[in-house]
Order: sequence, then C-alpha cells, then structure tokens
Amino acid sequence: MARAVTTQRKALNTAVAWIIGLLIFFPILWTILTSFKTEADAIANPPVLFAFDWTLENYAEVMERSNYGRFLSNSIIIAGGSTILGIIIAVPAAWSMAFVPSKRTKDILLWMLSTKMLPAVGVLYPIYLLCIQLGVLDNRFALVVILMLINLPIIVWMLYTYFKEIPGEILEAARMDGASLKEEILYVLTPMAVPGIASTLLLNFILAWNEAFWTLNLTSVDAAPLTAFIASYSSPEGLFFAKLSAASTMAIAPILILGWFSQKQLVRGLTFGAVK
Amino acid sequence: MATQHSRSAARIMMAPAVFFLLVWMLVPLCMTLWFSVRDFRPLRGGDNGFVGLENFVRFVSSSAFWPAILTTLMIVGGVLLISIVFGVLLAILLDKPMWGQGIVRILVIAPFFVMPTVSALVWKNMFMDSVNGVFAHLWRFFGADPVVWLSEVPTFSIVMIVSWQWLPFATLILLTAIQSLDSEQLEAAEMDGASPLSRFFYITLPHLSRAITIVVLIQTIFLLAIFAEIFVTTGGAFGTRTLTYLIFQRVLESQNVGLGSAGGVYAIILANIVALFLMRIVGKNLDK
Repeated sequence: MARAVTTQRKALNTAVAWIIGLLIFFPILWTILTSFKTEADAIANPPVLFAFDWTLENYAEVMERSNYGRFLSNSIIIAGGSTILGIIIAVPAAWSMAFVPSKRTKDILLWMLSTKMLPAVGVLYPIYLLCIQLGVLDNRFALVVILMLINLPIIVWMLYTYFKEIPGEILEAARMDGASLKEEILYVLTPMAVPGIASTLLLNFILAWNEAFWTLNLTSVDAAPLTAFIASYSSPEGLFFAKLSAASTMAIAPILILGWFSQKQLVRGLTFGAVK
Repeated sequence: MATQHSRSAARIMMAPAVFFLLVWMLVPLCMTLWFSVRDFRPLRGGDNGFVGLENFVRFVSSSAFWPAILTTLMIVGGVLLISIVFGVLLAILLDKPMWGQGIVRILVIAPFFVMPTVSALVWKNMFMDSVNGVFAHLWRFFGADPVVWLSEVPTFSIVMIVSWQWLPFATLILLTAIQSLDSEQLEAAEMDGASPLSRFFYITLPHLSRAITIVVLIQTIFLLAIFAEIFVTTGGAFGTRTLTYLIFQRVLESQNVGLGSAGGVYAIILANIVALFLMRIVGKNLDK
C-alpha cells in the first residue's frame, strides 16, 4: 500500500525542494546569464537577473583572443582518447574476471582499486621527469596515456560490475552450441554488454574532461585543454566577469549535458559497485 | 565450467591492464622513494647524493608542515561535515513525493560536473569578489560591510567552494541508498506511533550508515588531493596550503625534489590508511 500523500504535503515538498535545487544550481545559472551581459551589466548593482541587453560579444571576444578551438580540441582528444584507450584495455580484462573468475580475481580487482588511491602529488616529480626525458612534456599523447591510467581502475570496475550481471548460462549455452571464444564474444557478449560499455565511456569521458591536476601541471601551450584555458583567467584584469563567464560556459556546457545522462552510472562507477 | 583453454585465454586478456597498472604504480613510486633519500635539486647541482632520512625529518620539522596538516584536516573535515549532513537531509527530501522531481535532481547534481578550475574561478570572482561579487551586493543590501572572503576567511571560503562541488555527489549516493529502503518498514513504525525524529534515527540513519561510510572514504581520498581549487583561488596564500599543495610547491616551485618526494611518501602513506578501510568494505561487497 502506498501511503496517501496529501496535496498540501506534496506542494510543500515541491516548494522546499525547488528552492534548494535552484539555490544549488544558481552559480551555474548566474554564470550562463552573465556570459550574455555586457561587462558593465555584469557588475551592475543591484544585479539584474534577466532584464539586460543580451549580447554575444563575450563569446566572440573569448574565441578571438585565446584560440578556444585549440583548447577545445585538446580537451576532446585527451578525454576521448584516454577513455577509448582505457576501454580497449579494460574490456578483455573485465570480461575475463567476470566470466572466468579465479581465486585471485578479487585480489586483482582490489589491487587495481588501490592504484587509484595513490595520491597524484606523491608521484608528481617522477612523472614530470619522465615526460621531460621522453620529450613528451606538453604533449597530448602523454596526457592521453596518463589519464587513461588514472581512470583504468574505474573503467575495469564499472565494466566488471556490468558484466557480472550478464547471466553466465547464456554463455554456456552458446558454448554448448559450439560457439568459439571469438564468436561468443562477438555475437553473444557484445550486444549484451553495449549499454554497460556506453555508460562507462560516458562517465570516464566526464572524469577525464574535468581532470585538473595532471592537465595543469604537465601542459603549457600545445597540449593545454580547457582546464588550463580557464585557469589562465585566474589573474584579474579590469572588467572581465562577462568574458570569464563566457569562457566558463563554453568549458562546462558540453559536459553538463553529458552528465545529466550519466547520473545513475555515476553512483555505480564512483562507489565501485558498493552502492547500487 | 571454464575450460583450461578459456583460463589461459582469460589470463592473456587480463595481462595488458595488469601490466600497465603495475608499471604505472611501481615506476613512479620507486622513483619517489629513491628521490626521497637523496639531496636532489635540479636547479642547484642536481643530485647531491644520499642523505638518508634527512628529507623526511626536514619535511616534518619545517614551519610549513603543521599548518599544512591543520589546513588539510580543516578542509577535508569541513567538506565532509557539510556534504554528509546536508546530503542526508537533501536525499530524504528528494525521496519524498513532489512535482518535477527529475528536474530538481538535475539541478542538485549539476555542480558535480563543473570542472574544478571553473567552479573555483566563478566562486572567487563572481560571488566572493569584495566589490562586485554577488555576496558583496547581498551584504550591502542588508547594510553590512562586504567580506573579503579569500583573505579574511580563506579556509572557510575554500571549504564552501569544494562543498558545492561534493555535496551533489554525496546527495546522489545517499539518495540511491535511501531508495532501497523498504517503505513498509517506515509505515509500520509510523502506525506504531514512532515520531518522525525517531523514525529517522532508528530506521533511516542505520539503513544509510554503509552508504555514509562509503561517501566519507571516497570523498576523503579525493579531498586529500584537491589542487585546482587552491591553485586558482589563493595559490596557497593566506594559510590555505594543504599537504598536497605544500608538496607541489616543494617539487615544482622551489624545485627541491628530495624534500618534496619525502612529503610525497607521507601523502601516500596517509592516503593508504584511508584506502585500507575503503577496500575492506568494497572487498566484503565482492563476496556477495
């Protein structure tokens, strides 16, 4: 029996939840709105919420002066590349751990998780030095590899928990019918695993996009992604709120949209299957 | 049953992931350990030889060490407190029947997807600026003097910024956990005359305890490592230097690699203590 809820009760819940939700969302809303203001409107006192002259000039100016396209493409290459590379390495590993478990599977999974716990700052100089020695400081490919390694444990874990949910009987049935390992993976497993792989891709793309330790410390010009692009606004320069907002909006908009699709997977991915 | 054939195939399929992670973990770790016992300063003669545990002693006895530990504890503790207390309350609220639940959820979770450099800069300038920030307008509206947030209450300001990013994470996980709570149990308790408060303390909170533990552990590991939020707001000034930031400064800014590496070893030990507890819980869950 569902509990009867009075309309007043529901209205009260709705009102409180919406007020809190809007308060939490307000900094993002404010940033997006400010990005369409003139610099003068952006600092107007009292502030105006909607009734200002909407303009796109901030976007034009940001694009012009900072070569936004290069930062954007770096972000896409680094986040996308590291995610895809990670998936390629992780799918076979997660597959074998989920379907051909051995006594050591649990230990290997936990060990992988433990590498994720290694604080980045603890290995900052070695990585920095290795990048210099290999001539790949400020290099996109180096960041692809590093971010892939950082997120690999999460990718393996997420895929493992998804694969675990695929009933093993189906695979056995396929084997009985004489399917080879290749056919088994290609025609039985893959179609069932696609949703899980897609969710994993999405979440890890977001994590890699927002990563701001290695991307700030290992890039300067050529490989700098959007995290570094935004950090370049950290020293104030006259009136710049509207331009900062435009730059910020451009950096977060794509990921906000992707993020909304990945709420559910976020829980699974970041708690390593411990909360479902 | 897995055959011998599929077993060896499984091992081969696992090899690349295990190999890469092993290299990724061992090589830098060994290098950090190596540097930590040497006097290594790239700008001053490079490697000046073995110094034993001197770096470890000097890192701890430097005047910056204890303040950095204190700041780290204040930031991690503050953010945990805010995100757990408000996270539980928000999760309970969002679980209740209402109109537009999906949209509210999206509004609440959004900050988690904002990249750290953006949220830090937006808060620093558009909200905390003492002349043109939203808070300054608000303060003046009520006739108060605007606060210079990042220099007057710097640690608190950073706690606020970071909490804004992590409260959504805690809320989302706690909401997921709360939704698995059997509502009949709550109804039965209500019929037996249990007050809302005792229902919360005797049913909801115990049910959430595992999820809360997990949120605390995961957030602690991430919060110990926050970097960008300090990098673009105060740059470690005004007593906002955390352990992570102190090591960063030793290694890259003053290029004292030996000293910084010793600090890195401390950071690794600290993170591992927390990780041990987390792994225990996750490991138990695997057995089910």
